[in-house]
Order: sequence, then structure tokens, then C-alpha cells
Amino acid sequence: MDMTEPLLALENLSVTITDNRGQSKPILQGVSFEIYPNEVMGLVGESGSGKSMTALAIMGLLPRRAKPQSGHIWFNGHDLLTLSKREWYAVRGSQLAMIFQNPRAALNPLMRVGQQVARVVRLHQSLKKRAAYEKALDLLQQVGIPDSQTRARAYPHQLSGGMAQRVLIAMMLACQPRLLIADEPTTGLDVTIQAQIFELIKTIQAEFGTTLLLITHDLGVVSEVCQRVAVMQDGKIQEVATVGELFAHPQHPYTQHLMNTLLRVDRPTNSRA
Amino acid sequence: MLHLLLRHFTLLLGSTLLIGFIGVAWIGPTQMKYEPEKVSRNTYERPSKDYPFGTDKFGRDIQTRVVHATQLDLRIAFTVALISFAVGSVIGAIVGYYGDWLDAIVMRGVDVLFAFPSFLLAMVITGVLGDSERNVITAVTIAYIPYFVRLTRGQMLTVRTLPYADAAISIGNPSWRVALIHLLPNTLAPSLVQMSMVAGWAILDTAGLAFLGLGITSPTAEWGVMISEGAQRITTGEWWMWLYPGAALVLAAFAFNLIGDGLRNLLQQ
Amino acid sequence: MTTTPDTGATDQSPSLWLSFWAILRSNPLFRYLLRRLGLAVLALVGVIGVAFFLTSVLPGNPAVVRAGPLANEERIERYEREMGLDRPLVVQFADYVVHLAQGDLGESWSSRQPAQDELRARIPATVELGIVAFGLTLAISLPLGILAAVYQGTIIDWVIRLFATFGASVALFWLALIGIHLFYYEWDIAPPPLDRLTIGTEEPPSVTGLFTIDSLLAGDIKTCRDALNHLWLPAMTLALVVSAPMTKMIRSAMLETLDKDFIRTARAVGLPPRTIILVDALRSAFIPVLTTSGIVFGYLVAGNVIVERVFSWAGVGQYVWQALDANNLNAVRGFILLIAVVYIVLNLVIDLLYSLLDPRIRLN
Repeated sequence: MDMTEPLLALENLSVTITDNRGQSKPILQGVSFEIYPNEVMGLVGESGSGKSMTALAIMGLLPRRAKPQSGHIWFNGHDLLTLSKREWYAVRGSQLAMIFQNPRAALNPLMRVGQQVARVVRLHQSLKKRAAYEKALDLLQQVGIPDSQTRARAYPHQLSGGMAQRVLIAMMLACQPRLLIADEPTTGLDVTIQAQIFELIKTIQAEFGTTLLLITHDLGVVSEVCQRVAVMQDGKIQEVATVGELFAHPQHPYTQHLMNTLLRVDRPTNSRA
Repeated sequence: MLHLLLRHFTLLLGSTLLIGFIGVAWIGPTQMKYEPEKVSRNTYERPSKDYPFGTDKFGRDIQTRVVHATQLDLRIAFTVALISFAVGSVIGAIVGYYGDWLDAIVMRGVDVLFAFPSFLLAMVITGVLGDSERNVITAVTIAYIPYFVRLTRGQMLTVRTLPYADAAISIGNPSWRVALIHLLPNTLAPSLVQMSMVAGWAILDTAGLAFLGLGITSPTAEWGVMISEGAQRITTGEWWMWLYPGAALVLAAFAFNLIGDGLRNLLQQ
Repeated sequence: MTTTPDTGATDQSPSLWLSFWAILRSNPLFRYLLRRLGLAVLALVGVIGVAFFLTSVLPGNPAVVRAGPLANEERIERYEREMGLDRPLVVQFADYVVHLAQGDLGESWSSRQPAQDELRARIPATVELGIVAFGLTLAISLPLGILAAVYQGTIIDWVIRLFATFGASVALFWLALIGIHLFYYEWDIAPPPLDRLTIGTEEPPSVTGLFTIDSLLAGDIKTCRDALNHLWLPAMTLALVVSAPMTKMIRSAMLETLDKDFIRTARAVGLPPRTIILVDALRSAFIPVLTTSGIVFGYLVAGNVIVERVFSWAGVGQYVWQALDANNLNAVRGFILLIAVVYIVLNLVIDLLYSLLDPRIRLN
């Protein structure tokens, strides 16, 4: 670990969710970890361990029924939990951005993908409509979409999952956020495509110096892409370590268990809920 | 918290209103000073101590008529809801269970009926059958049967694929028995919501038809009939003639709608 | 286009037609349209049959009505023969269908005019009222439905839902009476509820049949203002009642859409809420709302019959009410057919719109 200030620091964050009957139960309990500028941080755990909720809390996109109860999310010297709705819209996109699993559903089905990228370009880089579209085409090319002129005119349902995820990454490039969160960006994609997408994320991270929080259940990916990693279970952080340390000496029994189960399986563990 | 309170508030308010109406229908008529169809010389009287809701053009007490009408209108609403549910869901269950050509034919027919706004359907059928309480019940019932056919059929299609349908057949039940006795009860919950809605619509339709001079007619004390009589005096300002029966009608329909909404929310949990 | 497939001389022509047909048939959109049209025709045939036999068992005898109260047996019999009522029902039906195929709905028995002419004369009044009411309905229910969805679970949502539930319970004729009492009798803002123009005002030369537009075309501002003056109250009454179900539909469609992944993406990249709600969500929510417009149409038509009665509006609704009252069978049948045809065409148009709006369906 180095001596610089963290870009993002979660401090004792607790979130509860209220169900239809008005009963609430905790989904995050005292979550704390830091992310430093320019690093790639992994967040691993099984499905339902609270990884995605952590990400949504950072983005201020928690579902309606989920409410932060205590703690802080420090970003750039501000506590994100105290932001007003209006302030959030200035932060999302330009400072923080996020890509999701199931990329095809994450794109507006009624809009051509080129337009979708272009309007993000316009939002964050004051460009004219025409110029923004040109820029969007550039971005689509940069993320490795062949024949981007034609593909830009496609609707999301006409793209493969891998292509759709590339479009989403192009959207993130248009934002140029300081922190990018990628929530299982390759779930449901072919293995070869998965590798390509991670390759792309790595390249972009190196090129633009974006800080990246990668959420995954795949420790293999973590070992390849991340520098540090946090392990989650039941809404709590069990262990934070560098990738080297973690793989050499897993401290927590849960981490050892996780390694035993997850390293061998190369498909999602969603069925375990 | 607020959310929960409000959700149950809907059901609570609806039930309270409906119980109130049932009470009025039951006890009300015996408490009235006047007879609903008794004419008097005090015509077009404004609401006063003697006549809390005023009188109409024959000097009949409007309050008495509104109270007596409650019984008639509620009776029609309940009858329509029950019969259209009974007939519609049995047809829907059979059709949904057997599927195939029977399903195709019946659902085409239902589509044709749906191509026609239910109020207009009831209007034409009442016109065909002539004016009487039984005929208006028949007409409105026919107009709402398709709703239950479609609902129960849809429910049946999903229920029939569940394991317990197979279980019931495998222990030797004939298929009609499985459809009616084992599967139908499981489709009841959404039907209950629909029944509540249909009761509300039926009460509005009946009054609407009476307003147009169809079904229940003058001099019977019925909300729609009374509103129609009041409408003839709309340009001369005898507002009490239509305001009170209308308010009763709208509150009753509101009660049924609230109950329907409340039940639906309850089931969705 | 006479093709004789068995002669060698014109042997190109049939194959050309066949291949043209084959190309058409391989087009999925065309196949889809053809299927839909087929179903529509079937539904229409069903409606014609039902409409005819349903109305034919009317208990009253139209001949008696026509003959008048003082007529003797002989006179009634003569009318029965004249109107064809003495023939078997099946023969009457065949006769009806043959005439129908020529666009003839038969004679209106109260006026002895062709029923189709009378109906046609009444359509513009109903259409004018319906269009304005529908516009007002959208103006009320769109903002309310969106607000309720965006503020789901808050007091705003609750109030709007209560309005919708109450609106679904309000008897249209009662609301109309309240409107007339307040706006005409008490405050004298609206004209008396007597038809579309002040008595004595000349109708504008008919182009569209819609008085507001025709008077403008004729440059007659005064008549246009008078027409609008008569129009707003009935239209508003109708719109308030139809808004209730419409608001509910828009709310639930919006709720479903706002929950979608792509809305989350739009928020994650920092698009402003207005764009997200009005562009992303509303456009998607519009599709399920569109499929329910058949229901809305039903509400409008049924509501029209009542509103036209209360406001003495000389439209189709008032016409059918009078026809039912007078046992005027051909007019009633004509009305039923008119509604069914409009409904079926509307559904076809909705399906087409649907495939135009949603790119996922377009190619399928």
C-alpha cells in the first residue's frame, strides 16, 4: 500500500432493506475499505453477499426500499451519503460510473446504440450533436467494435452480449469518470468473449488511469486483473489484502473456503443464492 | 410505515363504506317516515327538516327513495357479480383445462364480446329483453361474464402445469373433477378482486341504463331513475333531486372499487 | 389478371403471379398483416351475425310502432309485409347481408331514410366530442400517471391513486349534471346543455363535419367560439372519467419501466432525471399503454352515449338511444357494426403502430 490519500473510502457503512410487510433486515453491516487512485480493486464474494449493494450504495442507486443506516462513503473529501439529489446528478457519470451485468438489458431497447453513446458524450463534453455523434463513433471503434459506422445504427437486441458490453464501456469512456465500477461485467458471456472484455477493461484502465472497482465471484479474474481485493460474506467485509497476499496466505477461513469452491468452478454460482 | 397504513386504509375505508351501505339497505327502510312511492302535494320542496333531501315532482320524499333504492341497487350489484363469476369461471376453467379447439372457439367468442364496450352490450341486451329488474341483471351479467372467462382461463393455464395437477390425475381423478374441484379453487383469489370491481361497475351500469330509461324504470325508487328524473330539472336548479341519489351511487361504487384495489394489493404481497 | 394456367401460350403470366405471391408471402410483415386481416374479417362476420339475431328478438313489433297508436290490424300487417318482417328470420338475415355487402344498412324505420345516411350525418358530432375528450384525457392522465410512478409510495402517489379510484366510481351522468348545474345554472359560464351550437346559429358549411374546424375554414370566428363554448363542458366531463383508468395504466406501465436495467444505466452515466423520465421511461411505457387503448376507446364510446344524452348532443350515441327506444332495428344494427368496425380497425392500427415503435418487433 502506498501513502497517497484514498480516492474512495467506505467507513462502517450499514444498509438495511425493508420488505413489503414493513420488516427490515440488514444487507450491509459495517463495510469499510479504501480504493486508491489508479488501482484496480477487486470485490469478491458469493451471490447475495452484498457486493452489488455496496456498488449501488457508492453510486447512490440503491433500490427504493434500501436505506443507508450509518457510516460514510468518502469521495474526494465529501461524504456521498450527504449529497442532495441534485448534487448526485453532478457526480454520477462525471466522477463515478458503473457498468452492469446483463449488458443487453442495460441499454435502452428503443434507441440506436450510437445515439445512446452520443448523448452521453454530449452530456459530459459540451459538443454539438454532430460532433458528439462522430465522437461516439470514435469511442465505439476504440472499444473494438468492428464496422462501428454500421453497428452504431443497430438496436441493442441486434447486438451480441459482448458487443453490448463494449457499447456500455464506450459510454463509460465518454464519461471519463475518476472511479469506474464494473459489476460482473462478463456474466453470461462466452469464455473467449469474457477474456476479450477483461483485456479491453485492462487496456482502458492503463490508458486513461481510471480507478476501477471490479465486482466478481471469479477469483481467477481477480488474480489476473486486480492489485488488491476485498472479500465479502453476508454483508460484511471479511478480509482486505493485496492479490499476492491473499493467494499466498488467505487469512480468513471464509476466504480459504471461497478459494476452494470458486477457483475450481468456471461458471457463475448464482444457483447457490 | 405510511405506505403500509395507506395500503390497508384503502381496504378499510372500502369495507367500512360497504358495511354502512348494507346497514342502510337492511335497517333503513323501516326507519323512514314516508313511503318511497307515496305522492304528496309538497312537490319540489327544498331540503328541510321535514324532508332532509327534499322532494321530487310528485312530492315524494327523496331521502326515503334513496334509502329504499340502496337495497335494490346493492342486490343487483351482488347478484351480477356472483352469477357472472359463477358462470364465467366455470366456462373459463373448463376451457383453460381442456384447451384445444374448445378453447379456440370460446375465446374467439369472448373476443367478439370484448370488441364491444360492456355498457353498450348491456344497453343493447336490455333493449332486446325489455325493462325489468331480472332483465337488467341478465344483461349486465352477460356483459361481464367474458371478464371471468378470460381471467380464470389464464389462471388455469398456469395452475394446470403445477405438480399438484399431475398428482390429482395420477391418483385417478377424472379430468373434469380435477379442473373444477382441484384447480378452480386455486384461481379464486384474483376472481375475488374481479368480483369486487364488477360489483362496482354493475351498480354504475344499472344506474346508467336506468338513467337512459332502460331496465329499471319510473316510478321504482332506484338511484339512476331518480337522477334521470332530476336531470329533467337541471336547467331550473332543483339540484337536490339528482345530487343525493348520485352521491349514494358514487359512494357505493367507490366502496366496491376501494375493496377491489385493497384486495389486489393484499394479494400482490 | 385472367390467368389460364393450362394453356402454354400465357405460361409466364401465372408463374409470375405465383412468384410475386410467393415473395409477398415470404415477407413476415405481410404474412402477419394477412393473418390479422383474416381474423378481423372473422370477428366482423361474428359481430354481424350476433347483431342481427340479437336485435331481431326485440320484444316490440316495429310495424306496430310505425303504424302508430290508431292503426288497425290490416294496416299493421301491411307494414309488416312492407318491412319484410313476415318472412322467416334466416331469409331476413340473408337479405340483410346482401344489402350490407352493397353498403346498405337498410331503412331507418322511424324516418324512412337509409340508416347509413342518418348515421353518417351523426358521426362528426361524436368524433368531435371524442377527439377533444381524448386530448383532454391525455392532458390529465399523462402528468398524473408519471408523477404517481416517479413518487411511488409517497403521499403524491397516494392522492393520485385515490383520484383514479374515485374517478372510476363516478357516474358520468351525475358528474355531467354537477357540471351543468355549476357552470350553467349557478355561474352562467357555459351555455345551456342543448346540442353543439346556440339555437339560431347557422351551421358552418360542411367540410369535415367538425364545427370548430369547419367554422375556422369558413373564417367564421364567432361560430367557432360558439362551438368551442358548447364543446368544453361535455368533453371535460368525459375526459375526467376516462382519465381515471388511463392514469392507472400509465402509472403501472411507468413503474415497470422505471425498474428496468437500462434506466439504471441512464442514471449511472448521469443523465438528468427529466431526460430519463420523459425520454427513456415514457417512450418505453407508451408501448404497453398503447395496447390498452382499445379499452380506452370503449370507455370513450360508452361515455359518449351518456354525455350526448345529457347535453342533447346530436351524435351517434343519442341516435342509438332513440333507435333503441323506437325499436328501430336497422339503426341499432348499424350502430353496432360501426362500433365493431372502428374497434377492429383501431386494433389493427395499434398493432401496426406497436411494431413501428418497438424495434424488437419490427424485424420479426
